[in-house]
Amino acid sequence: MVFEPLISVNKFILNASLQDFLLESVLGVVFLWCLYSWRKKKHSALSLEEEEEIIRNWHPEPLVSSSEPPIDRDPANYPLVTSKVDVITQINGKNFLNFASHNYYGFAANPTVEKRVIDCLHKYGVGTCGPRGFYGTLDIHLNLEQKLADFMGMEEAALYSYGFSAVASAISAYAKKPDIIFADEKVNFRIQKGLDASRSTIVFFKHNDMDDLKAKLEEQRKKDLKNPSKAKKIRRFCIIEGIYMNTGNICKLPEIVALCTEYKLRVFVDESISLFTIGKTGRGVTEYFNIPTTEVDLIMGSLEFSLGSGGGFVIGTSYVVEQQRLSGLGYCFSASLAPILTEAGMAAIEVLEQDAKLKDELSSKCRYIDEQLRKLLSDFFSVSGHEESPIKHLFLVVSLPRDEEETILKSIVKYCFKRNIILSMPTYLDKEVFMPRPSILLTINVAVSTSQISEMCSVLKDACTQVCFRQKLVFASQ
Amino acid sequence: MSYLTVENAKTLIQNGHATKCPPAKNGFITNALHDSKASKDMCNGSISNGNGAFHHSKKEQPLTILSRLNVMSSNLFYFFWKHFRRLFSRHSSKSKPHLNGSACKMQESHSDPDEWKSRESFEAPSVYVVATTMLGFTMVMLLNALSRFIYAPKVAVENKNRKGYAPLYNKFDLFYSQYVYRRVKDCWNRPICSVPGVEVELKDRVSHDSNWTFQFSGTTSKCINLGSYNYLGFAENSGPSIEAVKETIKTYGVSLCSSPSEYGLSPLHFELEKLTARFLGVDDAIIFGMGFGTNVLNLPCILSEGCLVFSDEKNHASLILSLRLSKASITVFKHNNMKDLERKLRTAIIKGQPKTGKPWKKILVIVEGVYSMEGSIVHLPQLLKLKEKYKVYLYVDEAHSVGALGPGGRGVTEYFGIDPKKIDILMGTFTKSFNAAGGYLAGSQEVIDYIRRNSHGTHYAPSMSPPIMRQISTTMQIIMGEDGTDEGQRRIGQLRKNIRYFRQKLHQIGVIIFGNDNSPVVPLMVYLFSKLHIVLKEFKERNVAVVGVGFPAAPLYMGRLRFCISAGHTKEQLDTAIGIIAEFADQFGLKYSKKPRFEGEIKYEDVKV
Repeated sequence: MVFEPLISVNKFILNASLQDFLLESVLGVVFLWCLYSWRKKKHSALSLEEEEEIIRNWHPEPLVSSSEPPIDRDPANYPLVTSKVDVITQINGKNFLNFASHNYYGFAANPTVEKRVIDCLHKYGVGTCGPRGFYGTLDIHLNLEQKLADFMGMEEAALYSYGFSAVASAISAYAKKPDIIFADEKVNFRIQKGLDASRSTIVFFKHNDMDDLKAKLEEQRKKDLKNPSKAKKIRRFCIIEGIYMNTGNICKLPEIVALCTEYKLRVFVDESISLFTIGKTGRGVTEYFNIPTTEVDLIMGSLEFSLGSGGGFVIGTSYVVEQQRLSGLGYCFSASLAPILTEAGMAAIEVLEQDAKLKDELSSKCRYIDEQLRKLLSDFFSVSGHEESPIKHLFLVVSLPRDEEETILKSIVKYCFKRNIILSMPTYLDKEVFMPRPSILLTINVAVSTSQISEMCSVLKDACTQVCFRQKLVFASQ
Repeated sequence: MSYLTVENAKTLIQNGHATKCPPAKNGFITNALHDSKASKDMCNGSISNGNGAFHHSKKEQPLTILSRLNVMSSNLFYFFWKHFRRLFSRHSSKSKPHLNGSACKMQESHSDPDEWKSRESFEAPSVYVVATTMLGFTMVMLLNALSRFIYAPKVAVENKNRKGYAPLYNKFDLFYSQYVYRRVKDCWNRPICSVPGVEVELKDRVSHDSNWTFQFSGTTSKCINLGSYNYLGFAENSGPSIEAVKETIKTYGVSLCSSPSEYGLSPLHFELEKLTARFLGVDDAIIFGMGFGTNVLNLPCILSEGCLVFSDEKNHASLILSLRLSKASITVFKHNNMKDLERKLRTAIIKGQPKTGKPWKKILVIVEGVYSMEGSIVHLPQLLKLKEKYKVYLYVDEAHSVGALGPGGRGVTEYFGIDPKKIDILMGTFTKSFNAAGGYLAGSQEVIDYIRRNSHGTHYAPSMSPPIMRQISTTMQIIMGEDGTDEGQRRIGQLRKNIRYFRQKLHQIGVIIFGNDNSPVVPLMVYLFSKLHIVLKEFKERNVAVVGVGFPAAPLYMGRLRFCISAGHTKEQLDTAIGIIAEFADQFGLKYSKKPRFEGEIKYEDVKV
């Protein structure tokens, strides 16, 4: 019957000895292999000579495109810092009034911090010789993590050895390919790289524009209705900055939290600048807007700006932060934060906690500068930045083509440099998603005096008039 | 319940998982070249005996359907296994079987006098080991799944206000981290409270809730440190470099609070960059504040769409991440397998870009000097031949090799006696041999200038901390002998001797160790997940700090211990560690190696470097 051949095949297999079976299978495999390689040969009809020909004729582009002249590497032509960074900083041996370094509390030159760092150096040496998992976890790392978590009243913190990788790794540890991230279009480059690494769908909304965010969320909701079961599994994140690095503006946290609760988005806030500088006791935007920290899923920050040290961190609930320790790439696979930088950060937070006035002083200085800038320089610059923000961006009042704006700002900065004041002009790469407008970045140090501030303002004003005269440019007010 | 995994390990060990290797027979050693074949036959023999038993029973009694299926499947299994085994043992069959000590010398009459430099070993485990490891892992998973069902403490749960949100983690990841990894968590992330030098002080901790949380018991234990990447033994808290660093802190503070493109440069930057370039023997170098970041911040700016990258399958996470960030196409080739690379290179160049068929803009091959998980050294001479023939560019990550390889500590190029200028981009970190932090890129003036202009690091990240730069320049000068002493040479010599001695001794014990004979990273294969845990625990009890690598950092069934040898280790410290390893190898059955062993005594003084 029909089954007979099948049965006989079965019998044949079962009765065959091992050797027979092997032989037959080997023959079978050889046959298949021949068939396969024959087919393959047919597909790639090139002979060896032809292949070699193609390989010989392939000429790659140079590794780097070198249309630009070599960089001048003579140290004499660079503004080199030759002292500690403080209100008065030495550049090439000369004293300058510093409005360019992110050292809001002056911890980079604080004697208390310095003493503790040296003590730490004598105990732990300089490096950690390993990642956190492999004997690179020092007790002071754990103490600082605990301190940060306690400071924010949250459960856990994880310390990174670099501020850049803290932000970039934190995002990609949670957001994966199928997920959706809503991000402000002015987010800094670190966040942009984190977004790239996550490979999620990214939706940018207009800077601090809640209506736009709402519209985009609504749009997404409509899309979700088409496939509700799939939509349920898509993680959604909203990524913003506390104080935006590129504009100095503060985020609209209350509205964001309300929207995110409504649309079930998790909120990640990069508080690199706002933490320690904003809020009644310096606990960042959540304190400033009086929003419970439980509403925010992850706070990312850095020891580089306010604390005058190095490294980054994330703070959140244990449930969330634990994941960093397993899949935050910059956490697991990088050597841990150098002990001296850890200790510098720790000492800085402790000084900040002991001296509550420091924070108020910084805020009042920031407000004062904001006032002065708006009063004295409104003819030339539009000041961007929240009044309490320690960074202010000065954009030109009139908008010109990008390179013209750049030249004007550069000459203003150069003029100020000649008058012994350093201001910085943030440089951007063309890889930015939305290229920020050129600006002068002012950073505020708590120890700067009112006379120094007025000096800076008057020099800046001089610079503008000088430069404008030379460039023969007409400003809106003139 | 809390010790399920440990118990599991113990039962498996008792059930004879500990495959005791038969003592090396006579003739094995003399006939070294046929070693791999002999061991294979031995292995196959044991299995075919097992199958033979089935055959006999088949003829004697009628078979049930089940037993028929059984026979069929075992036949099939045997057949396929033979082929799979060949695939598994790809590396070992190609690498020359090698002996240590005196036996080694017999083989060195090879045509290429430098052949020994690339000699490496990846001995494949037997079928039995793989099968039991898989079984062990399945058991761990099953028992823990059961455990989750019975016992689910309310530790680290999601906030209540996140109800109804899409789950943050996928179910398997959460299960793995909470129920599988958590059980062995006590063996990782152990906090230390001293310099991570040759000896390290661990802060003891206990867990009262099976590793959900830890408490410090208040005591510390001093251990021999075989876990830190302290290759040249510079992890110290006193000495010339520490004094120099102290002075720098007093002059510059710990941070310049600005990026290099703004006001983040100091004279130290220029000094260090020049020194690094001189040390490596290339035109120029650029430094960054984080080693991991050196890859991540810079590779994306070199690569663009239409570029093709060949990346070794064992490349470090930072390289993988940076490739993900760049828009280039990526092809992975088998670990250190130049034939595979060549084959893939040919196909790629011939076929061009997918869909369009346009030729690739440029092809970059990314390898590491020393692979940190495999202990192997890149086959640079062969790679350079490929580079010349196929006009590809070469990026060598020397994170683990700079300082640790070569007679002058200049890394893998010096080790093979190759001109460093032949390599397009040399990357390395200062974290390991220099006991500092950060990384560098070095190469021709043109390339480094381009990176200086376009790197994410120069524009968006703060510059390197001055005291850390000082540490690097001081230690680098010591290595170069520019401090007026031969301290650097002494350290390099000591490291090489320690590596050779340690590797030879381990080999003699009969454990499987991976990698090159001269690599400071020594992975010792343990395979089984639970076994790894118990071995690590016992090492801690005996005051030796070692690193264990399990899934997901290593393949599922390739759990391993990893030792990092330092120039600071004394013979006594190494002997203590070796003694303990030998003891554990017996106790826990780690003698998997089927290679012939050198039976004489290996003397520290006689070790050739």
